[in-house]
Amino acid sequence: MEAKADQSEEQRQMDPGIRKGLERLTPEKIESVIDRVFRAETGARLKAYEDICVRCGLCAEGCHYYLSHDGDPTYAPVAKVKQTLWKLLKKRGRITPEELERVALVAYTECNLCRRCAMYCPIGIDTAYIISVVRRLCHLLGITPQYIQDTAHSHSVTMNQMWVKEDEWIDSLLWQEEEAREEIPTLRIPLDKEGADIMYSVIAPEPKFQPQLIYLAAVIMNECGMDWTMPSMPGWDNSDMAMFTGDVELMGRLKRSHFERAQKLRVKRIVMGECGHAFRAVYDVGNRWLGWRDFPVEVVHAIDFYWQMLQEGRLKVKQKFERPVTLHDPCNIVRGRGLHEKARDIVRTFCSNFIEMHPNREHNYCCAAGGGVINCGPPYKKVRVEGNRVKADQLKDTGAEVVIAPCHNCHSGLKDVIEAHEVGMELSFFSEIIYECMEKPNAVEA
Amino acid sequence: MHQVYGIVVGPLAWVAFAVFVLGSIWKVAAMYRSAKTKDGQVLAYWNLKYALRSILHWSVPFWPVNSRRHPVMTVVTFTFHICLLLVPIFLLAHVVLWDYHHGIRFWSLPEGVADVMTVLVILACLFFAGRRIFLPQVRYVTSVLDWVVLLIVFLPFLTGFLAYHQVGPYKVMIVLHILFGEIMLAAIPFTRLSHMFLTPFSRGYIGSEFGGVRQARDW
Repeated sequence: MEAKADQSEEQRQMDPGIRKGLERLTPEKIESVIDRVFRAETGARLKAYEDICVRCGLCAEGCHYYLSHDGDPTYAPVAKVKQTLWKLLKKRGRITPEELERVALVAYTECNLCRRCAMYCPIGIDTAYIISVVRRLCHLLGITPQYIQDTAHSHSVTMNQMWVKEDEWIDSLLWQEEEAREEIPTLRIPLDKEGADIMYSVIAPEPKFQPQLIYLAAVIMNECGMDWTMPSMPGWDNSDMAMFTGDVELMGRLKRSHFERAQKLRVKRIVMGECGHAFRAVYDVGNRWLGWRDFPVEVVHAIDFYWQMLQEGRLKVKQKFERPVTLHDPCNIVRGRGLHEKARDIVRTFCSNFIEMHPNREHNYCCAAGGGVINCGPPYKKVRVEGNRVKADQLKDTGAEVVIAPCHNCHSGLKDVIEAHEVGMELSFFSEIIYECMEKPNAVEA
Repeated sequence: MHQVYGIVVGPLAWVAFAVFVLGSIWKVAAMYRSAKTKDGQVLAYWNLKYALRSILHWSVPFWPVNSRRHPVMTVVTFTFHICLLLVPIFLLAHVVLWDYHHGIRFWSLPEGVADVMTVLVILACLFFAGRRIFLPQVRYVTSVLDWVVLLIVFLPFLTGFLAYHQVGPYKVMIVLHILFGEIMLAAIPFTRLSHMFLTPFSRGYIGSEFGGVRQARDW
């Protein structure tokens, strides 16, 4: 507990988002927000979870933070509910700024909303939902960590997460097209092609930091002979940090813009890059806010897309990836969408030496970066890296050289875990391995 | 004492049953109304097939991963819940009361078996108490209310056991037993004991989400 207090002081200095927000609050404001969230915005679920949780503690081992801190009881999922929801319900407007700060820190940085604990609760309580409600409350109180709030601001202003300007976005696409044409002269990244079969959408960090991933996607699309397009106008970014800050109104705007872009282009389906949270935002959370039970345009995750390409024989293996690989199951596409067997089909097709990590599939440990935690920025890096020693051990135990992490958050989170715990493994997206090992009939000989 | 006995088996019993039945119906109805007016997702994504799939998996000991991680807890909790449900309904002395007061007859447990089951409930309560004291992750979230609830379940069985074996003053013991039983019954809808009838819904809902939307297992 001592260490936690120190860390909190350090974070306090580094995070004006929470600090300044707390200074502005009054007991009346807190009371009114609590009232709004608990009375008007939530219902049966929150009430039932509060009523029937018997405090058995069986959820504890569902959490990677708890496991990584040698069973520190404050990291058990139920303990996080105690430190947030129960405290708010008990103290209401009388909650002190220090207590409220702790509420925000637990909700934003000590829970990845990975929903693993939901599989450990015998009566089926969804702790991630409870923590989401707490984040909603923090958003309305204006005590969101600065870094993630900045991404939300970017979403609000530009409709993308990284302040990417329109000309920069289009330029990035043209640049990658030009690069790729050196290898495949017939390759195009068709912009705004109406009536194409597929709209390919990415998260804004791709043009910002990893434009080569757009290159790889373009190669795969072209060599599979797909009729595809990428939008030049807002709606191209499928990411959604507003979903994680608790700004559901903004989340709705973002998802609407994404779906409407696809509808305006009259595409048959949206294929998304290897991202987990964006997929969750589209198929599970944002669609609900917009009133869609499923979604207005079919959404296909990259893993599902590659798998379909393999089934249809459009994607073929030239030579197998020889180095020993292991696969990290991202929460939002495995526990969230059951794509684990398809992912394994792809691994086995392209890699000759596949080693499972344990636990795996739905029970895989979270990366500790997702749920917006990594987006809360440098002040909290220590929290998520130290909070995931169990992941480092799990990776080490495989003895693999490369870990495939088909999700951006997982990718960045695992990178930090691998460095901090000296795991000595390389990270890869599926697209990188597929690109390296696939047949490219239209490529010029190198 | 005879008068007191008359009150606890008479009017108080009626009150306890009424509070239990009406309270439970009210609670489920209130939850349904709340789901309908304020939490539409619950009903929209409710899927009977996946709800039952989830309930089935969690009704079989050692099927869910977590139940295999805690074998002792799994054995204790299944034993506890089965006995807790069966003993009060099928105990010979209770069946006789139903027959005597209402002319309703049904099967009863052999007395020796019921006695052992009662002891199992008492031991399980002690085990749960031990968890609350010795396991940090349970101790950290345990409040006074959790102890009260545990006591509410523990006392009817303890006094019932003592009364059956004629330990202590029988008449006092039997009155206490009935009184504690009634308190337990009436407390069900208004305490954490309401998980008794709300769990099928919470389990079913998460099962619906995992099966219907997330296409994954939840056990």
